[in-house]
Amino acid sequence: MADEIGSRDAILSRIRSQAATKPQAERMADVEARISSHKRGILPAGPRSLIKRVERFTQKAEAAQSTVAQVSPPKLAKAVSEWLREHNLPAEIRIGQDPRLSPLKKSGAKLMTVNSGKADPADITGVSFAECGIAESGTIAMLSGKANPTTLNFVPENHITIVNESDILSHYEELWPRLRRRFGRGKMPRTVNFITGPSRSADIEQTLILGAHGPVRHHIIIVKGA
Amino acid sequence: MEITSPSFKKNVHKALRDEQLQQAMRHVRSNFIQKRAAAADALPEFEALRDNARDIKNHVLENLDLYLERFESKVTENGGHVHWAATASDARGMVLDICRRVNAKSVTKGKSMISEEMELNGFLEKYGITPVETDLGEYIIQLRGEHPSHIIAPSVHVTMNQVRDDFRKAHTHLPKDRPMDEPESLLKEARAILRQKFMEADVGITGANFLIAETGTSIIVTNEGNGDLTQSLPRVHIVLASLEKVVPTLEDMSQIMRVLARSATGQEMSVYTTLSTGPRRASDPDGPDEYHVILLDNGRSNMLGTEFQDMLRCIRCGACLNHCPVYHAIGGHAYGWVYPGPMGSVLSPALAGIEKTANLPNASTFCGRCEEVCPMRIPLPKMLRHWREKEFEKHLTPPAQRRNLKLWAWFAKRPGLYRTGSRVAMRMLSLMGGSKKRLRKLPFAGAWTEDRDLPAPEGGSFVSQWNAGRRT
Ligand code: SF4
Repeated sequence: MADEIGSRDAILSRIRSQAATKPQAERMADVEARISSHKRGILPAGPRSLIKRVERFTQKAEAAQSTVAQVSPPKLAKAVSEWLREHNLPAEIRIGQDPRLSPLKKSGAKLMTVNSGKADPADITGVSFAECGIAESGTIAMLSGKANPTTLNFVPENHITIVNESDILSHYEELWPRLRRRFGRGKMPRTVNFITGPSRSADIEQTLILGAHGPVRHHIIIVKGA
Repeated sequence: MEITSPSFKKNVHKALRDEQLQQAMRHVRSNFIQKRAAAADALPEFEALRDNARDIKNHVLENLDLYLERFESKVTENGGHVHWAATASDARGMVLDICRRVNAKSVTKGKSMISEEMELNGFLEKYGITPVETDLGEYIIQLRGEHPSHIIAPSVHVTMNQVRDDFRKAHTHLPKDRPMDEPESLLKEARAILRQKFMEADVGITGANFLIAETGTSIIVTNEGNGDLTQSLPRVHIVLASLEKVVPTLEDMSQIMRVLARSATGQEMSVYTTLSTGPRRASDPDGPDEYHVILLDNGRSNMLGTEFQDMLRCIRCGACLNHCPVYHAIGGHAYGWVYPGPMGSVLSPALAGIEKTANLPNASTFCGRCEEVCPMRIPLPKMLRHWREKEFEKHLTPPAQRRNLKLWAWFAKRPGLYRTGSRVAMRMLSLMGGSKKRLRKLPFAGAWTEDRDLPAPEGGSFVSQWNAGRRT
């Protein structure tokens, strides 16, 4: 193998001698300041009120071919099982250990089979609880971990994501301070997934087809008042 | 990949006579341009975001060493490994070492242009490791033994009938009379076959659209979800990234992300944007046990501080290809190396050497569309001119072209005249196209338009249309 330390130092010193336009100390201060300031840049104008934000989120998610429903907290399990029935899918789901999913285990147990853990290749429908929704593009954000295993987002053909109404944010930039507060500055969970619609490909003659390698259907359930 | 840029003119003749290719390229012209324009129009802040994206990358390039060091220390802190590769062959060796250590037989791959630069697939095969491309377009061209002809739509040169024939040949275990007349059935077939490969793979290799210095995170952006299956199912995740992919913070990435998908496919957001930081955590039920980032230089650090530094802002959106009349006419393969279109004609000489790629900077009508749509505001025509001048200095140009170029260079060097000039040139091209709006011969471009008409630019340059309020 190439001498890794040697090439590291050679690359860095080449960059330093070619790119740097200011003294080293000044550059170090600039970089430090830049990283800790978390400057937001330009945020596209968007609705301010929660109601309008949820409206925008829904409209954008539907434009990306997700389907969206709103339910009150007690109806969550029913909403999941009805969606399965509407699509002629088996009454069986896979979920993680997120405590917010416990209604599915309790009242859901009468309506469908509920398996826990990471995705199995045989799973047909995965259900996860989202960290948040992003109104500007109808995107949902998922965090890895045993609460909502990342493989549930990709392996099953159908993905239902549940999001609390109050977690619908306007811009991506609002998620980052939340993560810094929860995980610490400069720290992240192993995976953050932004998901906007079901998977798709246009690789055959530029014809857009839904359901490439990831889910064929993506359904979002917004929990009202939560 | 063997470089065929030296025989560019021959490649062009061949491309222009290739009916299948010409049929396939029609989809590029009709699709991408209109979608990008609609997406840009729908976001009032789009132009300001482009400015900001440019400024972020300029700041990074001036401090690239420091951001890379920060990125490295964060990856290490999270339990991952960073490997520094000066050359493509160093990087190949690093991938092989990791694969051998974990005794890998099969490797799934997400889309990565760096992997093309490294010629990774052929190399792994030589050592008995099977690389499986999982992006549908990449899978198709892997079956065909070809290279990508577009940086985001690798199989854009292939027609559906060709895909069907390739699948018939490759998937011999499936019934011969299965339905294969719709793109949907072909996609389903590929999905089922690749599912199996995802489950079997020992190592998953992805590229990176961004690296984040603040957190040591790598990011992939896809529509198919193949990159996510590639990186979350096997034991080992290897990220291939070039040096300039780093940005300071999550906020900076969010800014550039807003212009990426809009410029690439006209989507507001690609379906999957995935941020990966280190290997799986102790309590995670899934994800890879090992996380490696291979940082590839391969000539990029030498572009810093030169007239080509701005090219390192490129986020590989493909907009400059999609809007290039030359690319539309000849497709990606004729360019003869990894990166086609205007961005390739600037980047390839820097990475592969101007001696072998001297023809590429001439593959331009200087219509200026590439610069007008580039989300990172990279002055592509200006840099093509720099390469022409260098090529000229090195006397790589034949005498007849040298006269024209001298004239052209005189003109292009005078910024006041440049805009007016390209407007005049547009009008000239337009007039030459006549009422059929097709061009038979391009000024300065010599033989390569002899075969086929090129679409003539209509209605002036993008800039003049923009100024006239006709925001196409
Ligand atoms: S040069 Fe600009 S338009 Fe072309 S791929 Fe790079 S970022 Fe996109």
